[in-house]
Amino acid sequence: MIEARGISVSIGTRRIISDVDFDVRPGEVAAIVGPNGSGKTTFLKALSGDLPYTGRIVINNRDMAGLKPWETASMRAVLPQATALSFPFTVHEVVKLGLMSGRSGAQPGEERNLPQRALARVDLDGFAGRYYQELSGGEQQRVQLARVLCQVWTPVLNGKPRYLFLDEPVSSLDIKHQLIIMEIARDFARGGGGVVAILHDLNLTAMHADRICVMHRGRLAAAGTPQDVMTDELISRVFECDLKVGALPAGNVPFVLPQSVSL
Amino acid sequence: MVDGVAGRLGTVDKRASMGDRSGRAKLAIALLTALLVLTMLFSLASGASDASAFAVVRDWLFPSLSDGSALSARDRIIVYDIRLPRVVLGVLIGAALAVSGAVMQGLFRNPLADPGLVGVSAGAGLGAIVVIVLGGTFLGPVLALFGIYTLPLAAFFGGLATTLILYRVATRRGQTSIATMLLAGIALGAMAGAFSGIMVYLADDRQLRDLTFWGLGSLAGATWTKIASAGPIIVLALIVSPFLARGLNALALGEAAAHHLGISVQRFKNVAIVSVAAATGASVAVSGGIGFVGIVVPHLLRLLIGPDNRYLLPASALLGASMLLLADAVSRTIVAPAELPIGIITAAVGGPFFLWILLRKRGILDL
Repeated sequence: MIEARGISVSIGTRRIISDVDFDVRPGEVAAIVGPNGSGKTTFLKALSGDLPYTGRIVINNRDMAGLKPWETASMRAVLPQATALSFPFTVHEVVKLGLMSGRSGAQPGEERNLPQRALARVDLDGFAGRYYQELSGGEQQRVQLARVLCQVWTPVLNGKPRYLFLDEPVSSLDIKHQLIIMEIARDFARGGGGVVAILHDLNLTAMHADRICVMHRGRLAAAGTPQDVMTDELISRVFECDLKVGALPAGNVPFVLPQSVSL
Repeated sequence: MVDGVAGRLGTVDKRASMGDRSGRAKLAIALLTALLVLTMLFSLASGASDASAFAVVRDWLFPSLSDGSALSARDRIIVYDIRLPRVVLGVLIGAALAVSGAVMQGLFRNPLADPGLVGVSAGAGLGAIVVIVLGGTFLGPVLALFGIYTLPLAAFFGGLATTLILYRVATRRGQTSIATMLLAGIALGAMAGAFSGIMVYLADDRQLRDLTFWGLGSLAGATWTKIASAGPIIVLALIVSPFLARGLNALALGEAAAHHLGISVQRFKNVAIVSVAAATGASVAVSGGIGFVGIVVPHLLRLLIGPDNRYLLPASALLGASMLLLADAVSRTIVAPAELPIGIITAAVGGPFFLWILLRKRGILDL
């Protein structure tokens, strides 16, 4: 598992997050929610080793501070919010970059077909020959997810769990693909890996997360199961608007919840 | 046989349409190797003397058969002491310029980065000029310690300093601003030009002549000594470049993503910057400023085989060498018996090409 203890990050003199404790357990999807600017992405960046932090992050019983980039690359893959490319790579070439660290975990013979399978997984069958720069934002996001999946194709490698860090993986997607992506995250957890996802849609979060961590002004405001965390009081306080959990819209206002999907 | 070749070409084509251009890239590298061999033979054979390529090759392969009629003693001197060093130098410089352009573009994540455009060549030039001019002063004995390597080393440090400053100014949190990079390049080029001007002002007559010959940007005056001085540095940089390919590919996704993929980003950038400065510095030291090779060659190749640096870097080395040899052939013959500096040819071709890239890409580049 991943254990983060007392994580603080400052950029310049500004303290962005303070004293955050957080665990990622194998077999579990952990969601991080919170208003804009609450430090969600900063925390994920600290967890990914992109930002200097104080505190201690232990991944599979090894202190992350002592790990080389190629070692962490075999333990976790990171999906950024958005990725722009300055050169005309094809979709196939972008996805194949995920195999660079060489620890996909697939059989050597299978690895050749991984990009294709990963693309099919994110519902981009037939996109391999397209230019990445010509795709829509949501398609680009799914190409990047396919790349990230190639990097840690098997959720468990040599008996040790691996992890997916997803920064707003569904923010630019339509509801069908939101559900597909969350199902991929669930599958990864079912296979014995751990998933950390920053999410904005509280309904999607409640539906897919085993554990929710609520961040507020750079601190952890609450952590627990969706039932524990999603209370009127907490949600209203953190998001600074008066919200009711589980209340139906009045009158004949239509609403669609992701929970209503039949897959 | 023909069917087999056609079948394989069909597979390559099909895979390319599925987004996998590696087969096409390998094919291109094979063809570019053949092209380079042909251009080298052509360059060896063409010139004021009529020593033919055929005679030269026969003299190489079967020296025992040579009865003196194939290559006369005069031909031999022309081929081995005048043309061959020029061809070898052309290959080294062309490869160095194209590869350092490709590496720099990958490093800055920017198809317009080129050592010549962003002041790195000017910085390397300043290093070389300082050595030429101060070599005549009290510093002479110190500089003499490095023997024939003094000039390329000085150019290397000039180029390195410029690249480091440029990277510092233009890159913030792993993102390079194209506009900042080009403008910083103009500023650095101007500064290097100003200091070079001061050095020229200080120079005596003999040094002025050295400077003029050097500054024209030419392969003329290629000697085995020059090759011995700059060659090792260029060859070293070229040997390192294939090892940069993986990191440059990862860097295309951004510095954070490259780190997530397992690249030691800071160390990688240091190696890349040093090798660009080494290749540029050594080329500038022996041949002056030859512009645009570093931008034209990688750009053409990206259109043909895609931006995967595992293929782009070797292909750039091959095509860069061929193009520089052809440009040199033009520079030797277009105003024969006089010679046009090769820098004029590459600029005359490269300038319009650069404008064409800008026209095609100004939407994407957000200039």
